[in-house]
Order: sequence, then C-alpha cells, then structure tokens
Amino acid sequence: MERQILVVFPHPDDEAFGVSGTLAMHAENGTPITYACLTLGEMGRNMGTPPFATRESLPFIRKKELEEACRIIGINDLRLLGFRDKTIEFEDEQLLVGRIASIIAETNPSLIITFYPGYSVHPDHDACGAAVIQALEQLPMEQRPTVHCVAFAKNCEQDLGKPDIVRDVSSVIDKKLAAIQAHRSQTEGLMKAAAKRGGDGLSWLKTERFWTYKWNR
Amino acid sequence: MQPIRTEEVQTVLNRFANQDVYLHLETTNGAYASHHNEGFFSAGAYIRNGRIRFSHGKITGKGPYRIGLKLDFGWVYAEGLTDWELTDNGQLLLAGHDYEGKLAVALQLSYEPF
Repeated sequence: MERQILVVFPHPDDEAFGVSGTLAMHAENGTPITYACLTLGEMGRNMGTPPFATRESLPFIRKKELEEACRIIGINDLRLLGFRDKTIEFEDEQLLVGRIASIIAETNPSLIITFYPGYSVHPDHDACGAAVIQALEQLPMEQRPTVHCVAFAKNCEQDLGKPDIVRDVSSVIDKKLAAIQAHRSQTEGLMKAAAKRGGDGLSWLKTERFWTYKWNR
Repeated sequence: MQPIRTEEVQTVLNRFANQDVYLHLETTNGAYASHHNEGFFSAGAYIRNGRIRFSHGKITGKGPYRIGLKLDFGWVYAEGLTDWELTDNGQLLLAGHDYEGKLAVALQLSYEPF
C-alpha cells in the first residue's frame, strides 16, 4: 500500500482515461492522493456535443468538471497550478520545476504518477513529465519516490519495452467511467461514439499501463 | 454560441472599429492530428491579447464565414467561422467548429484584455 500519491498532469481529464482506475483503487485502500493539475485545459477543442462552451467559458466549465471527477475518484487534495494550456513547453523551466518541487517536498509522496517525457504525444504532456523528473533529480537518488509514467506515443513500446505495471481496474470500472463522464465537455462525443459502435468498445479502459521511470542520473 | 447571422455580426464588428481593442486569434488542428493520422501535417497559430486598431472590418461568405480587419499597416483575417456570441461584457466571440463540433478557429475582440 502506498503512503501518499502525487499525480502531476497538465490537463483536466488527463487523469480520467489513463489512471483513474488505479487512483480509485488506492483511494479505496485509504491512500491520500494529491493531484497537481497544471492548467485548466483552456485551449481544448471539444466544446461539448453539441457545443455548450466558448473559448472564454471553457476553463470555468472544465474546473467544475475536474472537481467532480476528483470527488468520484477519491482524490482528496486538488491543486490547480494556474499555468495556461499549450504553453507548458514554453514556460520558464525554473518556475515550473520549482512549483512542482515544492509540492513534492510538502506532500512527500511514496509514488508519483505523471507522463513519460518524450513518449506522451502532446507537448504539454512531455513538458509536464520532464519537469517532474527534473524536480526529482534535484533530490539524492535514495530520497526519490517511485515514478510511474503513462506513455502512449506510437514508438513507446519499441523504445521503452513493455509497460512493467499492467493493472486490471475492472473492479472500479464504474468509478472510472463516471470520472470520464464528469469531463462532459471533453468526453461526451467520444462516449456517444463508443456506445454507437456497441460491443465492448470500452474494454481497453479496464487495463491501465505504466512504465516505472528509470533514472539516468 | 449561435450560428452566425452576418448582419448582426457586422453591426457588432463596426462598434470595435477605430479604437484600441484586444484580439484573440487562433487556428488549430489539435495536438493529436499527426498522432491519429501520420500523413497529416499539423499547423496552427495563436495570439492572445494582441492590441490592434482597425479602420474597417467585414464579414463575408455564405457560411462558413470569413472576417477581415483592415489595420493601419496590415490585416487580420480568419476563415471557417460558423458560430458567434456577444458576451455580457461586450466581447465579440467568433468560432469555427468542424464537422465533429471541435473548435478549429477562433477570432475574438474585446475592449479590455481577455
């Protein structure tokens, strides 16, 4: 059992698809979870199906959706870091790494979950993961918590090998689906399309995959 | 947002002319375009709170619509606009939503910074 988990992702809903089952299982075991979410997904292209958000109202809507998703998953401590969507890779690195380092120092997690830098497709994902790794590299090796990374670039298995953590989350699949649905502005169209395809179109959600980060330095 | 009605948009556009106003302009294929379709060349551009002054602004097309703003020394334009909204604080929001309802382009004007 983990003592304390820290999740660091850049966008509301990043937590829902890849890791909400894992988080819900840890929460049911009583592990406290802090989620540092870097942005409010201000630049999302999904505006609802049919559209109900605007470029200006989207962050307010997504903040409420994120709070609801956290409630469903059992994330007890949500930190909104106030960076702007699609600017993470352009941010002052010292500032970004410093903010993450201070949350690591404060929460003292036994496990950190983030994106694998270089293997997570969206520039914000890669920059987020890179900042977490940089923050941890400031610590002596023996003080660093375990880091489980999400990766989904096409070449991730080729370069990183198979994920070393493959978790069946079917026992909490209802919570996971509810968390995904809580991000209604972003996921409603997707969920409708999946339902229309029928069958077990959502079966891939029952497995969550992580690569344990291997330190180079 | 509502589907664009050109006369109404033109009337609001005229109100922003000949004064310093703040521009939000973006175009995007989304961060996943080249991931989902490797043959797709993804491109986009974004400016937020660019302060501009235009002498003349016009909406044209039969839908999706185009808007051009004539600056003292240049131009701003956007194409693919489908929907619009005038917010309570007088901001003019225009967006182009693609066939899946996803935002592909946004052109917005405000008297104060966004």
